[in-house]
Amino acid sequence: MSNINWRIILNHTILLIGVIFMSLPVWVAFSTSTHSAETILREGLQFWPGTNFIGTYREVLFEQGGVMKSVLGITMLKNSMILGIGFAIGKVIVSMLAAYAIVYFRFRLATPLFWIIFLTLLLPLEVRIIPSYEVVAGLGLLDTNFGLIVPLIASATGTFYFRQFFKSIPEELLEAARLDGATPWRFFVDILIPLSKTMIAAILIIMFVVGWNQYLWPLIMTTKEENYTLVIGIKQIYQILSEGGELPQYQKAFALTILATLPPVLVVLFFQNWFVKGLVESEK
Amino acid sequence: MKRVQFEHSTIPYLFIAPQIIIIAIFFLWPAAQAVHQSFLLEDAFGLSSQFVWFKNYFDTIGDASWRQAAWFTTVFSVLVTFLSLGIALLLAVKANEVIRGARTYRTTLMWAYAIAPPVAGLMGNLMFHPLIGDLYKFLNTIGWDFNHKLDSFDAGFVVVLIAVWKQVSVNFIFFLSGLQGISKAVNEAAMMDCKSPTRRFWTITFPLLAPTTFFLMVINITYAFFETFGIIDTTTGGAPGGSTNTLVYKVFQDGFRGADLGGSSAQSVVLMLIVLALTVIQFRFIERKVHY
Repeated sequence: MSNINWRIILNHTILLIGVIFMSLPVWVAFSTSTHSAETILREGLQFWPGTNFIGTYREVLFEQGGVMKSVLGITMLKNSMILGIGFAIGKVIVSMLAAYAIVYFRFRLATPLFWIIFLTLLLPLEVRIIPSYEVVAGLGLLDTNFGLIVPLIASATGTFYFRQFFKSIPEELLEAARLDGATPWRFFVDILIPLSKTMIAAILIIMFVVGWNQYLWPLIMTTKEENYTLVIGIKQIYQILSEGGELPQYQKAFALTILATLPPVLVVLFFQNWFVKGLVESEK
Repeated sequence: MKRVQFEHSTIPYLFIAPQIIIIAIFFLWPAAQAVHQSFLLEDAFGLSSQFVWFKNYFDTIGDASWRQAAWFTTVFSVLVTFLSLGIALLLAVKANEVIRGARTYRTTLMWAYAIAPPVAGLMGNLMFHPLIGDLYKFLNTIGWDFNHKLDSFDAGFVVVLIAVWKQVSVNFIFFLSGLQGISKAVNEAAMMDCKSPTRRFWTITFPLLAPTTFFLMVINITYAFFETFGIIDTTTGGAPGGSTNTLVYKVFQDGFRGADLGGSSAQSVVLMLIVLALTVIQFRFIERKVHY
């Protein structure tokens, strides 16, 4: 019996070390963000929250020149929201339509088109970043939400996900619908969409996080400060800190990491079960 | 594909059109441009360019700094993949075994999934900051002459640590759900036959997790190749002396900062070929050894 108890204690110890390893950096980032620049420079990182919480976050979110030269933190937060939500919704619509065509229709170009979509999975944006930039610049889409979001939708992760899901839906449904004289559009709207509700929710959550966390593409796409997302703000404050100069505002850098982390983490925690289901389904 | 399908001549094209148009404009066209540019050499002012066949490719592969980046990418990918898979598997097995607090552990171990790589990078960067970073001070107190701004090994250590930290959660989620998918009957039968939990794990559980592990290896290698861009860009920036350049980071640096379009395109194409080759290898050779 004592043998088993030791095993339980060992299990919990390992898990606790894991939890500390995963959580401590974020906790320290938060604690440090609530202290003043002087304290941080004098004492280093902080393990307990200080008294400057409201001061730091008000400056970062609402004050001109608080963190960037002109753009407010709250504007960057808004831009991140637009990117995350726009990307998630766009991706779900485009990929659901494409997956519907691939699974439920017999048409001549089905196979070559399927392979073209598959190809996008193998070659992420990062390897073709410069020509992609030139195309978008050539179309006059720099610094627009359209130019920011749509090229990111080109990758076909969502399409494959819906394709797998549609394939798991029993065939009898379509037979029955056809006997009742349903058109393709009716079948899609009245049967397939209601059946896919949970899946749509799951993929919306995952894609929101993916969109929110986009880095390289917004970095080269946005030239005006007013279009920065929080994640781009991270890069800017990194540069400001590396250039040195006067008293480095470490607490603001930490506050920015917390602001950039909080919304996607909350979404994932809040919709945990959908999120895990959706993520794991994509494996099949 | 379904056996029962709609027979229709135009409607499927309407449904698939948005995806294909986006892919054509923002994927096929730029990819073709990259291939085209990789055969061109621009003059210093970017006014004219001439067709130089494979010169850019030979220059790329012959370049010592490219080979350095290729070597670092290899070591980096292997380390990140194995360390993050190993840690995640250990935690998932334990989280699956405990009864008390299982849900709390699950939540607190998975949420870091949502953190963006550059955000993790900046946090890590500040933890290792020479002025305020406790980790920097700690490593120096215990006798490691640690300086990631000057020493390439130390810089690699920082980048690998942050990349692993960021990747543990996603692997954990997949391993845990894989473990939960193993039926109770299998576990009970294994308990009867084999007393040692360690042996039981390696002979029963681990082989059953093989499909998950295979899938995760693909995911992790892709992550190490591409998504770690944000981590490197907010920690070392490839320094010192290009020793923490991954291939993707180098494409970006040469193309944007160095404005060497032909060379950077050739690098892109080589990178695409490497990724294609890796994918084929993974599917042909590794998957065959995995029993579903």
